[in-house]
Amino acid sequence: MKYYDKLIFELSKEGRCGYSLPDAWKGVELDLPEQLSRKSPAGLPEVSECEVVRHYTNLSQMNFGVDSGFYPLGSCTMKYNPKINEEIAAMPAFCSLHPLQPESSVQGALEVYWNMEKALSAITGMAAFSFNPCAGAHGELSGLMTMRRYHELRGDSARTKVIVPDSAHGTNPASAAVCGLEVVVVKSRPDGLVDVEDLKPLLGNDIAGIMMTNPNTLGLFEKEIKEIAALVHGCGGLLYYDGANMNPLLGVVRPGDMGFDIMHLNLHKTFSTPHGGGGPGSGPIGVAARLADCLPRPRVIREADGRFRIESEKDSSAGRVSAFMGNFGIILRAYSYILSLGRRNLLLAGKLATLNANYIKEELRDCYKLPIDSICKHEFVFDGLIDDGSRKDADGNETRPGATTLDVAKRLLDYGYHAPTIYFPLLFHQSIMIEPTETESKESIDAFIAVMKKIAAEAAEDPMLLKSAPHNTPVSRPDETTAARQPILRWEATQA
Amino acid sequence: MAAFSYFPHTPEDIRVMLDRIGVASLDALYADVPAEYVHDGNFELPEPKSEQEIREFFAALASKNLPLKIFAGAGACDHYSPSVAQYLCSRSEFSTAYTPYQAEISQGTLRYIFEFQSLICSLSGMDVANASMYDGPTAAAEAMFMALASTKKKTRFLLSETLLPNVREVVATYAHYHGVELGYIAHCGGQTSLDALKAELEKDDVAGVLLPSVNRFGIVEDFSGFAEAIHGQKALAVAYCDPSALAVVRTPGEWDFDIAVGDGQTLGIPLCFGGPYVGFMACRKDYVRKMPGRIVGQTLDHDGRRCFVLTLQAREQHIRREKATSNICSNQSLMALYVTIYLSLMGPEGMKEVNRLSSAGAHYLHDRLLESGLFEEVFDKPFLKEFVLRSKVPAARLQQVLLDAGFFAALETEEGLVSFCVTEKHGKEEIDALVNSLKEAEL
Amino acid sequence: MSKIIEGLKYSETHEWVKIEDGIAIIGVTDFAQKEMGDITYVDMPAEEDEVNAGEEFGALESVKASSDLISPVSGEVCEVNAELEDSPELINSDPYANWIIKVKISDESELDALMDAAAYAAQIGE
Repeated sequence: MKYYDKLIFELSKEGRCGYSLPDAWKGVELDLPEQLSRKSPAGLPEVSECEVVRHYTNLSQMNFGVDSGFYPLGSCTMKYNPKINEEIAAMPAFCSLHPLQPESSVQGALEVYWNMEKALSAITGMAAFSFNPCAGAHGELSGLMTMRRYHELRGDSARTKVIVPDSAHGTNPASAAVCGLEVVVVKSRPDGLVDVEDLKPLLGNDIAGIMMTNPNTLGLFEKEIKEIAALVHGCGGLLYYDGANMNPLLGVVRPGDMGFDIMHLNLHKTFSTPHGGGGPGSGPIGVAARLADCLPRPRVIREADGRFRIESEKDSSAGRVSAFMGNFGIILRAYSYILSLGRRNLLLAGKLATLNANYIKEELRDCYKLPIDSICKHEFVFDGLIDDGSRKDADGNETRPGATTLDVAKRLLDYGYHAPTIYFPLLFHQSIMIEPTETESKESIDAFIAVMKKIAAEAAEDPMLLKSAPHNTPVSRPDETTAARQPILRWEATQA
Repeated sequence: MAAFSYFPHTPEDIRVMLDRIGVASLDALYADVPAEYVHDGNFELPEPKSEQEIREFFAALASKNLPLKIFAGAGACDHYSPSVAQYLCSRSEFSTAYTPYQAEISQGTLRYIFEFQSLICSLSGMDVANASMYDGPTAAAEAMFMALASTKKKTRFLLSETLLPNVREVVATYAHYHGVELGYIAHCGGQTSLDALKAELEKDDVAGVLLPSVNRFGIVEDFSGFAEAIHGQKALAVAYCDPSALAVVRTPGEWDFDIAVGDGQTLGIPLCFGGPYVGFMACRKDYVRKMPGRIVGQTLDHDGRRCFVLTLQAREQHIRREKATSNICSNQSLMALYVTIYLSLMGPEGMKEVNRLSSAGAHYLHDRLLESGLFEEVFDKPFLKEFVLRSKVPAARLQQVLLDAGFFAALETEEGLVSFCVTEKHGKEEIDALVNSLKEAEL
Repeated sequence: MSKIIEGLKYSETHEWVKIEDGIAIIGVTDFAQKEMGDITYVDMPAEEDEVNAGEEFGALESVKASSDLISPVSGEVCEVNAELEDSPELINSDPYANWIIKVKISDESELDALMDAAAYAAQIGE
């Protein structure tokens, strides 16, 4: 990667253009009253097509993607993004469809929704799905709305609280708050699992439900899920499954079978669609049969004659949560992935992801602190280095600061790897969360393990080498404090 | 076990790895899962398809869709998509990257988001913009929360009846569960009524007002006196915009509004049956700390080079959890890149030209339809690419005739009213063909 | 060692209070600023806002953290330290000289629940 310092605005020269439009409607001027017209022209760059292509190609070369190398980012499931899926999503017969076209003209697209619903139901054990949420957090919010709507329809209006484990993803409590629910935190036990004894006194007729991630953010399977489900259902609450960690359960365990009533999936994690530098994703939500009528609308249904129709409104629905029916282009890609995978390979996807994670954990536990020693699922968490290289004098004062998790992460960039997720979950101070996914070979994992061991040795020897890392990237560590204290959030001509 | 192209493990690899872990089989890795939850493997799914079979399968599905010429809008317009935008967005360094948490190896993503923010500010006349939202309607809902957070003790949010129905519905859904009371402002002749707004504002409990810059009838709204009335009650004025039109219409900034939101689809993003598109949000700098979503800022690296980072993160869910400004996490980053490239190619002149061409076509269609005798004028107000007429023929019949002729047009906006949308993709010949198909149908 | 000043009142959530003519001057302790690291923003209430003892009145932000500010007393905010808007780092340089808000106290008895310097030192283990 090489450093490239331009912004598109800095390539601009008056009179250049990068567009090609038809030479039509000659002599017809835009007829808009001055009162309604823009006063000063928009500050857009004027650049040629070739300059645009070179600029963004240069920018891309300062980026690291799954296609560039190993991306062990915990809780993000950075698996390989198959290319046939891109080809399918780009088919003109799909991407030229207007979202409000008559049903008769979009039967193929509606069939994609229908078939995907059936496939995801088979994989997860849920009865029905809505594809309208555009991302995981959007799915959480829409799922919680569906939960509230269910209680509301039963006249159970006192259920205003939702239980969230202290190990949960930050989006869980945030989604609950947006949905108007009060968050009640349930603690984890020292073994990393939800403390059932801590849960019991929280339950009552004010509980709308519990949000759980299983396996949880430590990569541990919540073994007592049966008892938890019975307890929560016993008080009239519902179980929400955060599908961010669904990958290890692919082909092995179905959330519906564990008693979950509502869930979301991240198609951009579990079902291989590209993350796009932070979206577009897709966060479909699945529900048990008794909640199907509460799902957001519009929704695809099939008539008795086999024709597909869009059900736009339904009184029992949680409502509309996005512009149309979600990110169709992403749903297409995920459907293509599921068809490639098929039943036979689905059975292996989760298991191989789990195999890779456990293998890395065993190989590195002599160098990195393993706070909870048990079989993990698709990911696991270290709590920093065993020997961080710090030194203290006889009085206990630090004479040489040790390398932190941040330093390990930055050093990994030097060796051509993306860093794991760091400082999450919040249960530990130096969390390093590693998720390899099933698409990494033993060779790529062995190479990563060797680098992680090398970094641990470097830390013990000379922590400053890590503290000053990265050394080989287009830029070194940015000054984030100044960025936040004196925010510069847009380009201005004066700064060129 | 037959090898599968996405899984690199050989049987030997699996055996060696299991040995290292100290378990006997892959199934043993799930020993902690109660046996009753382990599936028997008989999933109701087809067996794997080869790549060629995938192609054939989707080609068959695609053939069930009808290719139509699109003359409809209502929040998704069939503008031209430049070849370069899709080409560059397909670069895997962009498309297969995650959110740019590791700034040192994410300068590509961070730079284009910074450019996107700058472009959205320029178009909207606002001070700051975020890295994108899911779509226009959810951006509008988030703007409602921003208005509530910025005006303590106010509990109500107002919506104009001239907003697109899906915008109103999404805002209403979010408001319902969050416990926000909504009020609706009537329109007068297709333009949001200032008098109706003032009447609603008198109650002194209004946190903000959402108004469309170009409304669901295609009319460019006149907001003279709106910002004064809204600010007079210490509420926030929020504009819902078509960003393409912002190149020529008076901006939210020029109307003295506080927040601008909308959907970037009109900036050349393919229709794609409703998504992925990209929402945007921009505001006055006073409100930046209440803004949801990711924001990129400029700073220097350790060696003094200009670089970019995610900043003001203390607002966000991964730090604030239930106290965050929003739950948004992933947005629509790659579509923000698409829009950034589109705007770079178009420049100020190209954006004016897109508006001129679209508007010229729309006015031509408008006049031909009136001449046909099948329609009547409803509102005599300024419009750009989209307009509404009263149809003398039932809308469903009209739409079917057009459909049979290969057009998607005449979307019914309310009883008896139908809308049309024309972009630079449609020339005079196509428009004449559309009108002729109606004439020939003997309606 | 964190600096603790004699004569001030302290809350369990690391705010200090100084009383002058019925006005409570409120800031955060040296311990709190060290825990936060580089402070990037101070979220403050507006003048004339009401604050309540034990409830949040704002927040300190750093690059990767946010910490609520909890009011030790109830009353009306009569002044906020506008200097902190542009220079939040002043709290890092001297947390006792750079107060955050001044509150007109509505209930003086609330002060009794606060700690003196010695008790606070014990709380933070110094």
